[in-house]
Amino acid sequence: MNALSTGLSRRGFVKATLSAGGGLALGFHLPALAAADGPWAGAADGAEINAWLVIAADDTVTIRVAQSDMGQGVFTSMPMIVAEELECDWQHVRAEFASANRSLREDRVYQRMGTGGSNAVRISRPYLQQAGASARERLIAAAADEWGVAPETCHASASRVVHEPSGRSKRYGELAAAAAAVELEAEPAIRKPGEYKLLGTSVPKLDVPAKVDGSAVYGIDVRVPDMVYATVAACPVWEGRLSSVDAEPARKLRGVIDVLEFEDAVVVVADSFWRAKQGLDALDPQWDLGEHADASTEAFLERFRKALDDKGVVAKENGDAYDALEGAAKVVEADYSAPYLAHLALEPVNCTVHIQEDRVDVWTGSQNPESVLSVAAEVSGRPAEQVHVHSCFLGGGFGRRSRPDFVARAVAVAARVDRPVQVIWTREEDTRTGHYRPLAAFRFRAGLDAEGTPVALVNRSSTHSILAGLRPEAVADGLDQSSLSWLADSPYAIANLSVEHHLQRTHVPVWFWRAVGATQNAFAIESFIDELALAADMCPWQFRRQLLGSRPDMIPVLDAAAEQAGWDRSLPAGRGHGIALVEGFGSICAQVADVSVSRDGKVTVNRVVTALDCGNTVNPQTIEQQVQSSIVYGLSAALWGKVEINGGRARHGNFDRHRVLKMAEAPRMETHLVLAGGDKWGGVGEPAVPPVVPAVCNAIFAATGKRIRDLPLADQDLSWS
Amino acid sequence: MITLTVNGTQHELDVEADMPLLWVLRDFLELTGTKFGCGVAQCGACTVQLDGEPIRSCVIPVAAAAGRQVTTIEGLSPDRSHPVQKAWIENDVAQCGYCQSGQIMAAAALIKAKPSPTDADIDEAMTNICRCGTYQPMRTAIKRAAELAREVS
Ligand code: FES
Ligand code: FES
Repeated sequence: MNALSTGLSRRGFVKATLSAGGGLALGFHLPALAAADGPWAGAADGAEINAWLVIAADDTVTIRVAQSDMGQGVFTSMPMIVAEELECDWQHVRAEFASANRSLREDRVYQRMGTGGSNAVRISRPYLQQAGASARERLIAAAADEWGVAPETCHASASRVVHEPSGRSKRYGELAAAAAAVELEAEPAIRKPGEYKLLGTSVPKLDVPAKVDGSAVYGIDVRVPDMVYATVAACPVWEGRLSSVDAEPARKLRGVIDVLEFEDAVVVVADSFWRAKQGLDALDPQWDLGEHADASTEAFLERFRKALDDKGVVAKENGDAYDALEGAAKVVEADYSAPYLAHLALEPVNCTVHIQEDRVDVWTGSQNPESVLSVAAEVSGRPAEQVHVHSCFLGGGFGRRSRPDFVARAVAVAARVDRPVQVIWTREEDTRTGHYRPLAAFRFRAGLDAEGTPVALVNRSSTHSILAGLRPEAVADGLDQSSLSWLADSPYAIANLSVEHHLQRTHVPVWFWRAVGATQNAFAIESFIDELALAADMCPWQFRRQLLGSRPDMIPVLDAAAEQAGWDRSLPAGRGHGIALVEGFGSICAQVADVSVSRDGKVTVNRVVTALDCGNTVNPQTIEQQVQSSIVYGLSAALWGKVEINGGRARHGNFDRHRVLKMAEAPRMETHLVLAGGDKWGGVGEPAVPPVVPAVCNAIFAATGKRIRDLPLADQDLSWS
Repeated sequence: MITLTVNGTQHELDVEADMPLLWVLRDFLELTGTKFGCGVAQCGACTVQLDGEPIRSCVIPVAAAAGRQVTTIEGLSPDRSHPVQKAWIENDVAQCGYCQSGQIMAAAALIKAKPSPTDADIDEAMTNICRCGTYQPMRTAIKRAAELAREVS
């Protein structure tokens, strides 16, 4: 490798950085927020080698993270990928969130900043490895240049460049300024699986210390000088409007600054959140509920189900399923449904905005700082270059925080307040005006031959399209692939197949909910596969296995879950094993649940064993944590999750009516990684959500003989005798 | 005027007597480590200790805390050295972390009351919600924290 060193002085380097970085560090400074542990972009001190990393004189390496951390560990896994190539001492690594404003000004230097689809590692890994490798080679080049030796004779190790022949070495901190000015003639090659030293080892997460002493800053914790607070009540029925509101009862309360009317909402601004909330509670807004004031889940479901009587838009077709059904020895038919689900991230949505003459600052925890930036620009009417998004930690995301509706509202509020304002949604408001996992109905009709082999399946589903609201052109053919996950791409060999879809719309907004379409679909189809196994008089594990001829890579995963769970162990009456298999986000996941049901119908999930093939790993400990997180998230939904629409609105808003799993109810969880290796890189934040629900439902059947076709379990009578 | 002692520091506050302690901590004392999750004593994100007992500060009027010792996550130790904090770091418990201040305050009170907590003790005392599902490592960390606490005492 040849390198060119311009030998810039430290002073010269600072100038160069500022022009490259666009005055990032100078532009805006909030001393209170730039804590040493803070996640804020621009807090790093030292020489910027490239947009991703800065090395300080004391060897501290600050690595910028373009994805959002909502608990899935990217604040550590992304830096690990850079550090893998950089050959720096991990003890000297700190992380901070990348700047969306800079990415905008510098031709998307951070490539992509959205977080979702379990794709942080999957998509970012090659370019993050490249950023680390490139920085390493530039550090080597800077040292070689100084020593007057060939770079090839030097190597990097533990934050030093070493020239073995002469025994010389230099710390990265001493070389960083010169390295920043090096231009490489060619980019170095990056390491492949098998060559990694750091990737694949369990590393404690960098943000954990700040999360045990209350110092981690979430959106709701932002405190800007002179800031006020606001809280919102939107029309309880979506698409309805505010008719009128008498602001007086709120205005006369202590601390209330203003009452703002919007087309569809009323907002109270005060000097503290509680006073804003008191103000809101004192109001009696009159709503024009619009045309959906009578809508209900029940009526929606009836409509969704009715559609299933007819053939839908064909998403996939093999052979002639209708013909094959006619000739089948046995026909199995069942209807399933899945409810609307709220995300229920523990931190209610919130956003802090300060609009000034020449800039707009937005502080929030979002899954997409770039969309925050563009929405803030649009709503404030300012050029995007003037918008600065300060990424905070997210108190949970699960998809909810990828939708910037709350940012739009906060910016609209800030436009009418002459100070920085933090808009906080109450838990009830967050839940009731949320955007939900779609309601769905299914009808399956399958035919088995005399040996019990499934020969035909008509698979009809009727649900919303999330994409329809985002990019209508993407669903012009009546199909949204994200609504069809694990229906259209089911791996089971059934010779005659007709996968059909009915796209539905209601006034209830829908959105990506952790693991998206596969969550409702896997519940239905993986339960139905068990019904077929029963009809074929086969064990559900072996039944699946024999249908996986075209996907031999799934078999070891399925087997690992069953074997590790002790599938063949006999269990007492009222207790059973259930199995399910789902591939999503590039990973194969099989789970076995061990469930007890008391005679009066109380469900206890004793244990969940997971086998996951995500190909390769960055931080195995984080993978296990994400699997556990997915199980708990999926179980909460299976046991209690539903948003009930009645009178056009979501009836319940708080955790008293949206029960979620607690410590005492959490099962024992075991995770087994069954890694294919090679070039395979699968996601881990979501793949374990979809299978856990059908695994539990199948276990309930094994325990009680009761087949669960509608959720949540709390609404079903599971008593047995 | 309400006199409130938080983490050993006394504050004179001109706030409504019925303002929940949570909002006094967050909006007036800028102690933002204590979190808001539900406001109705359901989630535990707002857990602090009042004279050593874990309470849900979103439903405790500030007047009820006057004259008593309030301890928040910021006051648990000056340097993350409380056994629960140490055990939490050791077990890499936090995911999004939003529930963790409340969980840690509840766990610290638990191991004080029960120096060798059983699983049943943990199930009974730890009723805070964690939407990220950190329950399993949290259980391990509580037992480890109890062990660390017994070592020093
Ligand atoms: S915020 Fe107090 S219990 Fe939820
Ligand atoms: S760590 Fe996210 S809610 Fe508990």
